[in-house]
Amino acid sequence: MTFFFEVLVTGLMVGIMYSLVALGFVLIFKASEVFNMAQGAMSLFAGLALVGFLDQYLQLPLWLALLCTVAVMTIWAYAIVFIVLKPLVARPPLMLFMATFGVAYLMEGIGQSIYGTQAKGLNLGIPDTPIVIGGIFMSTFDLFFTGVAAILVIGLVWFFQKTRTGRALRAVSDDHEAALSVGIPLLKAWTITWIVAGVVATVAGVAWGTRLGVQFSLTYIALKSLPVLIIGGLDSIPGAIIAGLIVGAGENLGEVFIGPYVGGGIQTFFPYLLALIVLYFRPYGLFGKEIIERV
Amino acid sequence: MFYRECSNFKDSYASDMAIFPIPLDRWGFIFMLFMAFVVVPLFTSEYFITNIIIPFYCFALAAFGLNVLAGYAGQISIGHAAFMAVGAYASFNLYGRLGLPLVPSILGGGLISAAVGTIFGLPSLRIKGFYLAISTLASQFIIEWVIVHWKWVSGGVFGTIEAPKMFLFGFIPLDTAVKKYYLTLCLMTVLMTFGKNLVRGQLGRNWMAIRDVDFAAEIIGVNLYRDKLIAFAVSTFYAGVAGALICFTYVGAANIEEFNVMVSFAMMGMIIVGGLGTVLGSFLGAGFFVMLPIGINQFLGSFMDVVPADILANIESILFGGLIVFFLIVEPYGMARLWHTIKDKMRLWPFPY
Repeated sequence: MTFFFEVLVTGLMVGIMYSLVALGFVLIFKASEVFNMAQGAMSLFAGLALVGFLDQYLQLPLWLALLCTVAVMTIWAYAIVFIVLKPLVARPPLMLFMATFGVAYLMEGIGQSIYGTQAKGLNLGIPDTPIVIGGIFMSTFDLFFTGVAAILVIGLVWFFQKTRTGRALRAVSDDHEAALSVGIPLLKAWTITWIVAGVVATVAGVAWGTRLGVQFSLTYIALKSLPVLIIGGLDSIPGAIIAGLIVGAGENLGEVFIGPYVGGGIQTFFPYLLALIVLYFRPYGLFGKEIIERV
Repeated sequence: MFYRECSNFKDSYASDMAIFPIPLDRWGFIFMLFMAFVVVPLFTSEYFITNIIIPFYCFALAAFGLNVLAGYAGQISIGHAAFMAVGAYASFNLYGRLGLPLVPSILGGGLISAAVGTIFGLPSLRIKGFYLAISTLASQFIIEWVIVHWKWVSGGVFGTIEAPKMFLFGFIPLDTAVKKYYLTLCLMTVLMTFGKNLVRGQLGRNWMAIRDVDFAAEIIGVNLYRDKLIAFAVSTFYAGVAGALICFTYVGAANIEEFNVMVSFAMMGMIIVGGLGTVLGSFLGAGFFVMLPIGINQFLGSFMDVVPADILANIESILFGGLIVFFLIVEPYGMARLWHTIKDKMRLWPFPY
């Protein structure tokens, strides 16, 4: 039974990491109905930039390096909104979706030309010693990032619910035109959203980068977090968190307890299978806004 | 010889429904066929045929398949390369193990792929939009896993099957690039003609109605479930045939890495850059995506003797991304729309309006 809980807890912690990536998707989708395929690339770029600021020539202290990374992601946010999205306002969502594909390729290309293609280690100085809580082994790493994720989510919820800017962003996500008509600057709102998504991507990039090393495969994490996204609902922040936990736990339990019977490696598609099952019962995810259409 | 509808009288239903109602278009099409059937195999090098033209045709076919689904029926699928893999492995097994003739085994690969595609199309009856798009990624990962893990599907190591020796009609050996080229070209032409007529007909109109507003389509009497599933079947049939052709004529082996998720994304890119919901767009998009990496390679190669592989890959992805964004901003409805604009201009030429 302890083994079961150990697998469960490990899965839940991986799930939190998926939620971090999914959160970036949700933020941008909420504010601009753009399905941002560049989220994985943003995490990769943030990770690469952070490694660049920490190691190579600059050797900045950690807090400064993090600030610089966020600054870089802010520049990206401005570039994306004003160069790519501005000419595409009011185009069908599929076009914007495809444009973010282009952005993803651009980011990967630029990031890897600056920082090189080889995998880089990222060491934040967090001790990776397993600790025992209630008879279950846990990694301090995972605990740390679970904490970070929790703080991030609370911060985001506070930002969206309590601040003036957050209210404006919610208005924009509700209805672009109505928001414009009451005087909310659309492009400014979008830029802020992309900056926030950039910050979330940075956290995700750091979290995954410390685990796997900063390398190209970080972009595939985004693919793994897509089922998280649709299980939770495309526009729900709590949905992303809860779905992340479900997927992380489900994937890990499935791999350990079902995997051996079918030949292993079912982690690659298990989340998608889970998503299909959930969507069969709830077509807009667990917490997604149900879209009511009229002719 | 102006490009005009006028003085071009239609005196039968058949001529009214022609694919190319304007004579100049007809001649242009015949010219293209002439180029493809005679000029290309006679006057180009073997390298050009095997590395550029054959993949171009195959991807045009696959892109058309995806276009049926995404462009005509409005159901986005971002896991479409997996169905190419299904077609490839199925036809290799039909040809190599069961000993079916070559063309039936390629088409049979397409049919098996269509069967699998219909199953993966079932969620479309309940979910739509981006939710559906992401759940189609399930097909990519599940099919990849099945091919790698089930030995009787993929036979060899790491899901790779070497191509057996190919004989057309049992006795004509397909050994040279030109012969393979003709096989690809003939199948592509026949299937594209069939597809073009399919999307012009009742079924195509139903699909477009579903794409525009699905429940409104249902109200005016389109059988939503049937037609969505047919769209999935037709689309994955084309993908399957394209996958089989690529493996038989271009790669020479069925390998799962040829059909990974990046290829799926690239196919999505093809139809969007080419033009959603147009047959011409499938060709233009496929051409763009097949020739761009080769073009970049040649271009850089003329500056440096040896281009390091990682730099090349980076420049490729930067240019690639840049061009996708550029095309979407400049011509959001794809390259096919450019051709429409040109045609509109030609109709008036030489008059200002």
